[in-house]
Amino acid sequence: MLETIWFLLWGVLWAIYFTLDGYDLGVGSLIPVLGKTNRDRRIMLNTMGPFWDGNEVWLITAGGVTFAAFPKAYAVMFSSLYTPLMLLLFALIIRGVSLEFRHQVENDTWRKVWDWGATIGSFLPALLFGVAFANIFMGLPLDEHGVFQGSWLLLLNPYGLAGGLLFVALFIMHGALWLTARTKGDLQQRAAALAKNFWPILIAIVSLFVVLTLMYTDLLNNYLRNPLMFVVLLVPVLALVLMGRQIGRQDWWYAWGLSAVLITGLTLFGVVGLYPTILPSSISLDYSVTIMNAASSTLTLSIMLIVALVFVPLVAFYQFWLHRTFSHKITDHHLEQDGAY
Amino acid sequence: MDVLMLSRLQFAMATMFHFIFVPLTLGLSILVAIMETKYVRTGDELYKRMTKFWGKLFVINFVLGVVTGITLEFQFGTNWSRYSEYVGDIFGSLLAIEATTAFFLESTFLGAWIFGWHILSPKMHAACIWLVAIASNVSALWILIANAFMQNPVGYVLRNGRAELDNFFTVITNPFAWQQYIHTLSAAFTLAGFFLMGVSAYHLLKKQHVEFFTKSFRMGMVFALIFSIVVVIQGHHHAQEVTRIQPAKLAAMESLWESHEDGAPMYLFVVPDEKNERNTIEFLGIPGGLSFLAHNSFSAPVQGLKDWPQEDRPPVLMTFLSFRAMVGIGTLLPILAIWAYLRRNQLTNTPWLLKTMLMAIPLPYLAIEAGWIVAEVGRQPWIVYGLMRTADAVSPIVTSEVAFSLVALTVLYALLGAVDIYLLYKFAKKGPVEA
Repeated sequence: MLETIWFLLWGVLWAIYFTLDGYDLGVGSLIPVLGKTNRDRRIMLNTMGPFWDGNEVWLITAGGVTFAAFPKAYAVMFSSLYTPLMLLLFALIIRGVSLEFRHQVENDTWRKVWDWGATIGSFLPALLFGVAFANIFMGLPLDEHGVFQGSWLLLLNPYGLAGGLLFVALFIMHGALWLTARTKGDLQQRAAALAKNFWPILIAIVSLFVVLTLMYTDLLNNYLRNPLMFVVLLVPVLALVLMGRQIGRQDWWYAWGLSAVLITGLTLFGVVGLYPTILPSSISLDYSVTIMNAASSTLTLSIMLIVALVFVPLVAFYQFWLHRTFSHKITDHHLEQDGAY
Repeated sequence: MDVLMLSRLQFAMATMFHFIFVPLTLGLSILVAIMETKYVRTGDELYKRMTKFWGKLFVINFVLGVVTGITLEFQFGTNWSRYSEYVGDIFGSLLAIEATTAFFLESTFLGAWIFGWHILSPKMHAACIWLVAIASNVSALWILIANAFMQNPVGYVLRNGRAELDNFFTVITNPFAWQQYIHTLSAAFTLAGFFLMGVSAYHLLKKQHVEFFTKSFRMGMVFALIFSIVVVIQGHHHAQEVTRIQPAKLAAMESLWESHEDGAPMYLFVVPDEKNERNTIEFLGIPGGLSFLAHNSFSAPVQGLKDWPQEDRPPVLMTFLSFRAMVGIGTLLPILAIWAYLRRNQLTNTPWLLKTMLMAIPLPYLAIEAGWIVAEVGRQPWIVYGLMRTADAVSPIVTSEVAFSLVALTVLYALLGAVDIYLLYKFAKKGPVEA
């Protein structure tokens, strides 16, 4: 029972991370596309200024909870995906410092360097998370000791790449909608046009991924066993459809909220499909890492549950406060203020 | 080199680099919070300018601490997966608790603080930096509790082929953890104090912003004076704790080869010869000195390195030299702080003091890094003292992948570290905005 609760919490933490940092990574990836002038780019960066660091902590927490609740899953996942994770790490490091360094020196070359840092440092994590999770859904070549058999280049298979494409597309839309809600004028219009034109493409990519998921993974077994569970897929699909309508109505916060539901929903769709496996083995299902063979002791899971039940709502509360307090549209006036990027 | 050695190098590099930025964050967050509180209480614009100037340096320093912190969490899984699997039940939960209780708080309210100057009320704004300061220091506590489990594993049972949590209370009240916490924190506060004094000294030497930097200097001085003394006194007790719990580490710290039943001497000058299991030079000995330091008695027995088979001994030279460096600098710092205290009313008339303080900025950094080498290298060959060997903890991964990541990480860190230090230098030199 505790194992199941922690499995779901684990999935929820990843979903929150993708939903929150997703817009940062999307905005960052869009810098060369939408940021025509230095002012545009500054506005884009300032829309995520107060948030990106707090958002990134959800990743640390998702990683930490994997470690704490399912140590074996943490060990196998992180050592199997060694090189992709290192690349992810480098990218996130570069993203963070780029945001913080860019505005410290008034020099075009300097800014250009960190603009590219922010772009690559946002795009690469989006891609890598997608590739990694798609491969997890499909199963990693794990032997009976949980050792990854083969080169990490095996991860770049069609389904893995489709996962990468999906995450990039989701985050691009999420970032574009975030910009429509947080900016004004020309930049907002360009972001709006991008969201509008990108919506059908996103539908195509999501559909492609769902179809490939049927072909490549066993995720659907859980749903076929209990068809009521299809709600988990239905909600994000509905959100995706409704999103088009809200984009048409220029109801930007609503559309962004639907994008958040889409990302959360799709993540949970994958996680629920995996249950009770965390890391399926493509060599033999007997070698899979599951909540049964990977979970921590009951004592640890209980203590962690108490900590989570007290602190996660508290974190949600103050991060909601932060988002509310800084939800205004970024204008030239804000660029003049102390601390602005 | 094999995966083990590469992984050890990578962990050492990543941790030492991370720890260039952490101590200043721990100390400066509190100092900036005090400055802003004074501003909110008195309305004195000088304190607002101080908050902004030192706050800017704080933020530039902070970002590298944050981004390099992720590496450390990742590395337990990527490079030390057997360790993670073996002790994750305890160690992993401490890291997860750290993230949920402290790291979120720190990151969220730092965002509010940086961007909130014109949006939050002054009181709320000051509250944000206090939350950042408290959260950073709470975060350090959880990390050190986790590290203390590696130094002195308590509260666990061996079950299901791994170490499982037996008593959470025992884990978090591990005396070794609290010793390390006070030691690390007071060292970090000392570092921040010397940072304030050093940067202020630069401007005072140039006789610019005199009032601003005299106030700043004195704030740093108070911190440095108190905590450099605390760190010495408490460090002594900490070393006695190490003697009880990790006698092999103590023997390596002192390069003591032979056991002494009735009083081990303490030599001021020692040149260890690890290969031949002896010291080539031992000079200026105090009879029973080491026994006294370690056990408060000149005749207490102290174990020498030869008591342990070679495969159970830590690397002697590195542990020994680092310990000497830490103690040497640690002794010098309170002397400098007392000197500053005595001349606190004639700062601009004491250029020698100011020059010394400017040059002294790196000293606490060196002492802290050396201290961590003693703690971590001195714990070898164990990753968890007496429970798991480092060699058994490493991931089943390919050498080429670790070689690549080590090189890439080193290059990346070197570049970013250089940029960050350049920015700190640039803004420290530039001084505060005019009133």
